[in-house]
Amino acid sequence: MKTLEEIDEIRKIKRQELDLRVNTAADTREKHILVCHGTGCTSSKSVDILNNFRNIIKEKNIQNVRVIQTGCFGLCAKGPIVIIRPEDVFYAMVKPSDCEEIIEKHIQNGEIVERLLCKDVDNKKVKQLDELNFYKKQKRIALKNCGIIDPENIDEYIAFDGYKALEKVLKEMTPEDVIGVISDSGLRGRGGAGFPTGKKWALTRQATGDQKYVVCNADEGDPGAFMDRSILEGDPHCVVEAMMIAGYAIGANKGYIYVRAEYPIAVERFQKAIDSAKEYGILGKNIWNTGFDFDLEVRLGAGAFVCGEETALLESIEGKRGQPRLKPPFPANEGLWGKPTLINNVETYANITKIILNGADWYSSIGTENSKGTKVFALGGNVNNVGLVEVPMGVTLREIVYDIGGGIPNGRDFKAAQTGGPSGGCIPKEHLDTPIDYESLKSIGSMMGSGGLIVMDDTKCMVNLAKFYLGFTVDESCGKCTPCRIGTKRMYELLEKITEGKGEEGDIEKLERLAVSIQKASICGLGQSAPNPVLSTLKYFREEYREHVSLKQCSAGECKAMMKLTIIPELCKGCGLCKRNCPVGAISGEVRKTSCYR
Amino acid sequence: MVHLTINGIPVEVEEGTTILEAARKINIDIPTLCFLKDINEVGDCRMCVVEVEGNRGFATACIQKVAEGMVVKTSTPAVIEARKIVLDLILSNHDRECLTCTRNGTCELQKLAQEFYVDEIKYQGSRNRHKIDDISPSIVRDFNKCILCRRCVATCKNVQGIGAIDCVNRGFESCISTVENKSLNDVNCTFCGQCIEACPVGALKEKDSTEIVWSKLRDEDTYVVVQTAPAVRAALGEEFGMPIGTNVTGKMVSALKHLGFDKVFDTNTGADFTIIEEGNEFLERFKNNGVLPMITSCSPGWVKYIEMNYPELIPHLSSCKSPHQMFGALIKTYFAEKEKIDPAKIFVVSVMPCIAKKFERTRDDMQGAGYDDVDAVLTTRELARMIKQAHINFVDLEDSKFDSPMGEATGAGAIFGVTGGVMEAALRTVQEKVTGNAFEKLEYESIRGMDGIKRAEVDMNGTKVKVVVASGLKNAQIIMEEIKSGKADYQFVEIMACPGGCIMGGGQPIRTSKERSTIDIRGKRASALYSIDEKSIIRKSHENPVVKKIYEEYLGEPGGHKAHELLHTTYVKREKYNLGE
Repeated sequence: MKTLEEIDEIRKIKRQELDLRVNTAADTREKHILVCHGTGCTSSKSVDILNNFRNIIKEKNIQNVRVIQTGCFGLCAKGPIVIIRPEDVFYAMVKPSDCEEIIEKHIQNGEIVERLLCKDVDNKKVKQLDELNFYKKQKRIALKNCGIIDPENIDEYIAFDGYKALEKVLKEMTPEDVIGVISDSGLRGRGGAGFPTGKKWALTRQATGDQKYVVCNADEGDPGAFMDRSILEGDPHCVVEAMMIAGYAIGANKGYIYVRAEYPIAVERFQKAIDSAKEYGILGKNIWNTGFDFDLEVRLGAGAFVCGEETALLESIEGKRGQPRLKPPFPANEGLWGKPTLINNVETYANITKIILNGADWYSSIGTENSKGTKVFALGGNVNNVGLVEVPMGVTLREIVYDIGGGIPNGRDFKAAQTGGPSGGCIPKEHLDTPIDYESLKSIGSMMGSGGLIVMDDTKCMVNLAKFYLGFTVDESCGKCTPCRIGTKRMYELLEKITEGKGEEGDIEKLERLAVSIQKASICGLGQSAPNPVLSTLKYFREEYREHVSLKQCSAGECKAMMKLTIIPELCKGCGLCKRNCPVGAISGEVRKTSCYR
Repeated sequence: MVHLTINGIPVEVEEGTTILEAARKINIDIPTLCFLKDINEVGDCRMCVVEVEGNRGFATACIQKVAEGMVVKTSTPAVIEARKIVLDLILSNHDRECLTCTRNGTCELQKLAQEFYVDEIKYQGSRNRHKIDDISPSIVRDFNKCILCRRCVATCKNVQGIGAIDCVNRGFESCISTVENKSLNDVNCTFCGQCIEACPVGALKEKDSTEIVWSKLRDEDTYVVVQTAPAVRAALGEEFGMPIGTNVTGKMVSALKHLGFDKVFDTNTGADFTIIEEGNEFLERFKNNGVLPMITSCSPGWVKYIEMNYPELIPHLSSCKSPHQMFGALIKTYFAEKEKIDPAKIFVVSVMPCIAKKFERTRDDMQGAGYDDVDAVLTTRELARMIKQAHINFVDLEDSKFDSPMGEATGAGAIFGVTGGVMEAALRTVQEKVTGNAFEKLEYESIRGMDGIKRAEVDMNGTKVKVVVASGLKNAQIIMEEIKSGKADYQFVEIMACPGGCIMGGGQPIRTSKERSTIDIRGKRASALYSIDEKSIIRKSHENPVVKKIYEEYLGEPGGHKAHELLHTTYVKREKYNLGE
């Protein structure tokens, strides 16, 4: 148990000690080797890298050097990433065998290991993270501590203003004040739908109930999305603190975080965060003698996409089959075990402490008129800089793809980007300059979604893309309501037919008709948004559908069934390789004698 | 009161009313499929979608409550289109062999397809295929016809508290299943058959016995005797379009005679025997500090339930067989001897409102005379089917009387078919036996009505006897827990597996969801039986001359040796799940 004074003391001492993490001119003799321990880098052996560094340092008995595991730096494409502080030298794609060289050259002799420096897309080598184009247009609020602190060390969190927002709230603010600040900040739900967070808090506060709950939705399920995972892995305490603030604001003393079991590192770190917060007396009864109690528990999801839907998530926490409930009643009135419940997404919570500390005006100065603050995206697909980016609302898709993402690899052209995963829609080239905010994305038939952003080049077939997302929804539909259970399956079958070159006249219209009904008649967000990938590709790439149906052609060349291979006699050398490799014996001719014909 | 408009018409309804109820008030019907009032209110099927001004998607009329100023449109082109597509989708994954389906003509899906004029399935595609489960003696599940409305699941779980079935798998692969997809025969199903009553389509039905009965009727060497349970006569007419609650005893007897049964007897007489035996057993236990409270045993679904769930309470169960089993044993002994018929050649058919009776017939210790007491059980629905097959114009039939010598019954026997009836019949006899007074007032109002649990106190010469009547297995569970925890301060308990008693049994005519939510089916069927009782000259079982005569001539004392051999049975502890193999 620590008193507020003791925590303040930790903050002072630790902040001084960790100044080198954020200040290249820090007054220190120490060096910190930061090794990314997010899921991406971990899977490319960053654990070995960390251990190697520690062993070498021990063997060589090097003083004043610490090796620290951190959360995600963002540029996952270049992982595993190692950063040396205070000089902020950034090494990319480090292998465990590189550790020796880094220690000898850099740590012991002050020489930079040139070959491990990261090359930007323009082939320029950069020394510091901030020099990368990737970081120039970013603004880190939700990810503020990611890559700076050791997520498993509560003291490091405390050092960077950790639990200061909670202290401010408990000591200086009424629940109404808190809700007022959140409302004024303009923060909207980062799970995808963009409901005003302050309003949600206010509704849950107003709801009557002897018991209320705070829930964190960490069931990130969109394929290719890993924003929430990275926050939980890199800065779990900021979510703990925010949930406590939410609890204070709405009048709840119990919180649950629902994390998918496929995120073992996130689960472990969050549990550790809870444990150390309890140890410090930050979580528990009568916190800091303010009379406020709060308890937090982790609940694991078993991987069903639909459990990211808030009411299905509640069912799952209650131990039932993960199926959505009909709304109304909304969770704010009847949530977990029928009690008023506040559910926010991880990223939403990750903004809370910063808003409390810096004020609503500060937050609302960032972003566009109706979409305030920043949004984290998991940038993926055909783009040079795959990774995690946090940008102010209102930047354009072009800036994300070309400036941050470094453009399309292999000299290909941009064709479309998919936001919002299987629930979202595609954004074609002509809308590249659309500012990224809730309303703009909606107006062009896509949605913000939770933050998946997949870039596609011109080799991608949009019919096939729609089929891919539909396939995902078909697999993940819970099966409760008819339109989603059978309708998405029928849509998928129609797309299958079209991509196999068996499409008939009228199929596109049938598809469209079904899509519209599924949107309107499904129970939950999963079904209501399932047709979006089809409707948006139909909106922007209808010709491509027509081409598949009428000409039995796929210009992008992805639909294998419609591929036609011909041999150009002038170029054929008669080597016979094609004949030998054809599994069905479709090629005839004699080796070296003649051209072969299909 | 809440004010709204539906299709432009102003409506005023009480707060808490659903859009569906409000619409029905002004004669606008909204189609439903998955909805079962108070039981399955989940909004899964999406047939009831309507437009509500200001809503992004459609509203779910069956469960969404009205709000002040709400503007509802129930039949816009978009709504009709969505419903048509929903219907199309359901039909695309449904075994559409309507002509050979048991629910042809009574299927709620078929009716909707007709109403929406579905002349083509536009969204054809792959179909789920399931193996038909026909292993149990009572229920056949054909999930190729299941539309996943989950009315059966909700009924099993919410009404009966069993949960033998639930939804498994996800998305298109979703299906209703049991533990490890076992047959219903190998899980905790009690065969109450309430799921069949809930099913809007033909995915659940009783195991057919009409074939065997027809074959026995054809066989000249077999003497086919039929007996009919009290509740059958209160509902059989519904199968022929007659109003709910019509008493069709006379027509039923005529029809059975047309069908060629050699004798048509009344299970109500069997019920009178049950009262004598059960009443006697109760008094014995009451006087000699036997195990109390004693619980009735005429509902075979209930008996299977206690054997599986509360085996430690089996000693509380009366050892009396159910009326039709008692009666079957007497037909094969007393009647066979009297008529000089080889009992081996007698085939006893019971027409029952129940599908658990099909299972009960096959239980051990149901062979009082060395032969099966009962050889086949037909449900009310199956009897109707046979009458239809024979093209008997049921509605216009003249009345006939049950055959002698086992056709006379009392009003006490008739009310066995409704919750509280067994208790009331028993009390009429027991109270008179104990006090020696013949009572004028025979109606025990406190145990009448459709409450799930009813409690009463009866004065027997200064001794207060407390009784409890429960129907529906969820209510039975409450009583069992009371007994188990020692909180039971009552001595006599009547339990029926089906809510409302046998009139609402799993073998009774199936009513649609709309009928179930707008008509008091229980009340109407119950009043048919109460009015039979009221009009009966003899209303106490112990005054039944046939019963008296058979005791004198054949059985001896109630609870005596012979009576025990023929009219009583034994119970076993049953595993809930047979997970072997």
